This record gives sequence, C-alpha cells and structure tokens, in this order.
Amino acid sequence: MSDHNYVPSSKLGKWFNDRLPLLTLADHLKQYPTPKNLNYWWTFGGILTFCLITQIITGIVLGMHYVAHADLAFDSVEHIMRDVNYGWLIRYVHANGASMFFLAVYIHIFRSLYYGSYKAPREVIWIIGMIIYLLMMMTAFMGYVLPWGQMSFWGATVITNLFSAVPFFGEGITNWLWGGYSVDNPTLTRFFSLHYLLPFLILGLVILHIWALHVPGNNNPIGIDLKKPSKDTVPFHPYIVIKDLFALLLFLIVFAFFVFYSPNILGHSDNYIEANPLVTPAHIVPEWYLLPFYAILRSVPDKLLGVIAMFASIFILVILPWLDTSKVRSAIFRPIYKQLYWILVLDVLILGYMGAMPAEGIYLLIARVATVYYFVHFLVILPLLGKREKTLSIPVSITEPVLGGSPSPEAVRERKEFS
Amino acid sequence: MSEEKKPEKKVQRRDFIFTASYALGAVGVGAAVWPLIDQMNPDRSVKALASTEVDVSSLEPGKSITVLWRGKPVFIKRRTQEEIQEARNVNLDELPHPEKDEDRTKNPEWLVMLGICTHLGCVPLGDKGEYNGWFCPCHGSHYDTSGRIRKGPAPTNLEVPKYEFVNSNTIKIG
Repeated sequence: MSDHNYVPSSKLGKWFNDRLPLLTLADHLKQYPTPKNLNYWWTFGGILTFCLITQIITGIVLGMHYVAHADLAFDSVEHIMRDVNYGWLIRYVHANGASMFFLAVYIHIFRSLYYGSYKAPREVIWIIGMIIYLLMMMTAFMGYVLPWGQMSFWGATVITNLFSAVPFFGEGITNWLWGGYSVDNPTLTRFFSLHYLLPFLILGLVILHIWALHVPGNNNPIGIDLKKPSKDTVPFHPYIVIKDLFALLLFLIVFAFFVFYSPNILGHSDNYIEANPLVTPAHIVPEWYLLPFYAILRSVPDKLLGVIAMFASIFILVILPWLDTSKVRSAIFRPIYKQLYWILVLDVLILGYMGAMPAEGIYLLIARVATVYYFVHFLVILPLLGKREKTLSIPVSITEPVLGGSPSPEAVRERKEFS
Repeated sequence: MSEEKKPEKKVQRRDFIFTASYALGAVGVGAAVWPLIDQMNPDRSVKALASTEVDVSSLEPGKSITVLWRGKPVFIKRRTQEEIQEARNVNLDELPHPEKDEDRTKNPEWLVMLGICTHLGCVPLGDKGEYNGWFCPCHGSHYDTSGRIRKGPAPTNLEVPKYEFVNSNTIKIG
C-alpha cells in the first residue's frame, strides 16, 4: 500500500480532507501500485463492478414498472416489453446482464484458480468473493422467478423443494420459505423483496473485497510477492484504468451482441408461458450458469445426499486455500497442476452440459464420473499434489526474466525515466 | 515522461485522439443514459388513454358532472341563462386573471374545464363561494360562473382543456 501522506493542493480540499479523507482515498486508488505484468485475465474485476452497477440501475428501473403479484406479474413484464419507453431494452439488458455477470465471474474465479490468487495472504479476499458468488446465485435465482412464467414457477418449486430433503424439519422449512403449502403469491412477493435487497449486500461485500485486496495488493501472473511501490509496479491510474476500460469495451461488444441480436437465446422459451401450478413443463432446466451444480444434484441417487453434494461442491471452494498445500501460487511454475487445472475446467464444462441433458442413460453416467472427479480434484489431488509436485524455479522479480539475471544497475538507470 | 523534453503547447495528433475519444465516449454514455430517463415518461398504454368522450345528453341546465380525463377531474357544466349573463357582464378590470367568458367556451351553454384549483391542486366544490361558481375548500379560492378566479390565493382561472363537440350530445376531451 502506498503511504497516506497525501495533502490536497486547494485550501477547500485540505479543509474537507481533514474532516473526511475522501481525497486521500481517491489518491490511494489512483496511486495504488499494481504489478506491471497483469494480463487481460485481471481486467474482470473491473468488468464485474460494471456488471453489478448495471444490474442495480436497470433493476431499479424495472422495479418502477414491475408488479409483484401472482396475478399481475406476468402481464406487468409484458407491459414493460411492449408499452414502457425502452422497456424492452432495459429488461433485455437486465436479463442478459445476469448471464454476462456470471460469465465474467466464472472467468474471474478460474483466473484465481490458475494463478493461485486464493493463497496466503489473500484467503479473506477469496472467501469474501465466494460469499459474493453465493449471493449472486441466490439473487439470480430469485430474479428468474419474478416474471412468473412456467420456468420461473417450476424452477422455484424445484429449488425450494431441495430443502424438503432436510430430515424432520424439511416440510416446515419449505412451508416457511413459501409462506404457504406451495409456491404462490407470498413466495413471489418475498422473492421480489429479497431480490431487491441482496444486490446491495453484494455491493457492500464488493467494497470489502477490494479493501481486502488493497492490503496485500494484487497477485500477478508469476505469483511472486512484490515490493510496493517498486520497479515491478505501475500506478493504477492511468495504466490499469485504461487497460480495464479497453477490456470493458470488448466485453460490451459481446454483451451488446446478446442484447440486440439474440436476447432470448440464454433464456428458456417456456418462460413466456404464464405460470400454471397444474402443468409442469416436460423438461425443467435452470439457467446455464447453475447447470454444473444441477448436474451434481441429479447425479446422486439419494435425495438428501444429492442436496448435500451440491452445497458441498460450493463449500469446498471456500476452504480451498487450505486444501491446496502448494506454496507456489502460479500454475506457470507448477507443470502438473497446470494440466490438472485444464482437466478441472473441462470437468466443469462437462458437468454443465450434463446438467442441460435429461438425467438418464449415458448422460447420467458421465455426470456421475464428472461429479466424483470434481470432488477428487479438490479433496484428494490438491492436498497431495502440493507436497509432491516438483515446481519450476521462480524468478525473484517481474523484471528479472525480461532483463535476464539480476537487474543490472545500468539497465535500471536507463529505464528509470520511463517508470 | 521526462521534464526536459516538455515541448511548448501545440495541438498534436494526440490531442485530436483525446478529444475524439472523449466525444465518442460522451455520445455513448448519453445514448445509454437516455433510455433510463425516458422510461419514466408516460408510456404507450398511458398515451392510448389520452382522450375521453363524454355523453352529455342527459344533463339538465344548471347541473354539472365531473368526469375523469388523464387521471384528473374535468367539470362539464350546462349553464343557465342567468349564469351565462352573470359571467358575461363582469368588468374585466375587476379580474385578477382577465379572460372573456366568450374565450373560455365554445358554446355559451357548456362550460368545460379542469376541476383542479390553480393554487395547489385541490378539487373545488360546485355551486359554492361568493360568486355562485366554485369554491376551493383547501385555501379558500372563489371562482365565478365562468371558472375565473375572483378571490383567494389561486393565481389563475381554472384551466380549459382542449375539447370539441363530436355531435350535439358528445364532448371529446383531449
């Protein structure tokens, strides 16, 4: 962290800053030393902040027109699509924005897995991140219920019924969640209330996430500890700001493609049929970003154990910093881990695909193998690998591999004017 | 950037790039923000209800009805000859907001106006007040038989909306 002896130049600024050091904070964010080798995988933090704010703003706007009532919700969504000025655009940005949010968060999480960003001293950043991820899933699920289409209704029924697997208290818990004996109007109104609340909790946690990040500073592609500020760092502004903005622009192209050219491709057409408690759609699937967990749930033949396996698959990520025993962070210097990492990526993609397929025959078999492998990767391979793996030699600084050997004083002096 | 090489201020290609990017960025942000603002304007379902047709065939002279138009009350009064005379014989200099009764009606028998007090938006009561017209109970504004303000805090006469006679029995407001 840069030291905080910032003094504003203007008299008014100094007066204000002595009372509330916002300008010191702004200066810290500006000067914040970042490793100069950060690649584009590190731009997703900024992209995710953008996604969260977009969801909050479009969500507040939708809340002005949406009616949270079982008889009116479906029509009010169609009212937004047809009558409200630019309502179609705002709703499509919100609906596809959720998918874009998860796309970015998965890249962000897998970047962390590849470069070992969850390891000491960044465990708290990681755990806060996992809580954010969990809240995101809850928020997205409840948001999907609000249009009160067939997928909304039956998705809500299936997910809330997960809790009926709890021994003894199952029925009581589900009735409590529903506010009745099935998913109905009380369920809808409480989901709307919580769907509005949770994003602000996420926002608060994001601030803690960034705060916790600014204590040790960013990890970096070669995963070594840096002296900050030093020759190995650059100030956040303008270097990272510009890079983040450029990456955001590319991301927005993908975002805009979905919103303007295929706004419904990530949704399910059955959700344009109003909720009907008497008819279940032939094939219920959650949104794509929950499919791997859905596959894990279905691959266990026992109801309670399936639910436990699904929650465990998320919980083991929380304790990952203690499961991975390797002291080396970046996969660049861990030849075996690097291969296993890509196998894990493939495993999760397979789980996602199986989650979208019917749970029978070969699909079920593959899903079971992939589920077992998922747990073996985290619970068996990572603890053992960290003790056995022969890692490559790690450079002492970011500059070293570029300049060759230890930085020569001449080279340093020559480059000083650019740093 | 080193200190000694700082050139004198001169417009360079880089300045053009900066200006162009900022300008494009501003257009982009503006295009993104406009839908968020415009969504609060009256939407198509509201605009579709922007005019109301009223059948006034059953209205006797001296009686009035109140109809809802765009969520606001509209007074339609079939005036008696005395009321018309009273409205037309007023000296315009006495009025806080001088308007001729002829300019406020299309047909002297029919008075059509918004039933919203121009002071703070309450609905005035009919056949009340010191001028035989309307009286607003909120802050005591008196309107005459042409709906003109005569006494009290209201600044202007009751507003006459756009309306037309579709036929002798039907008035279309809006």
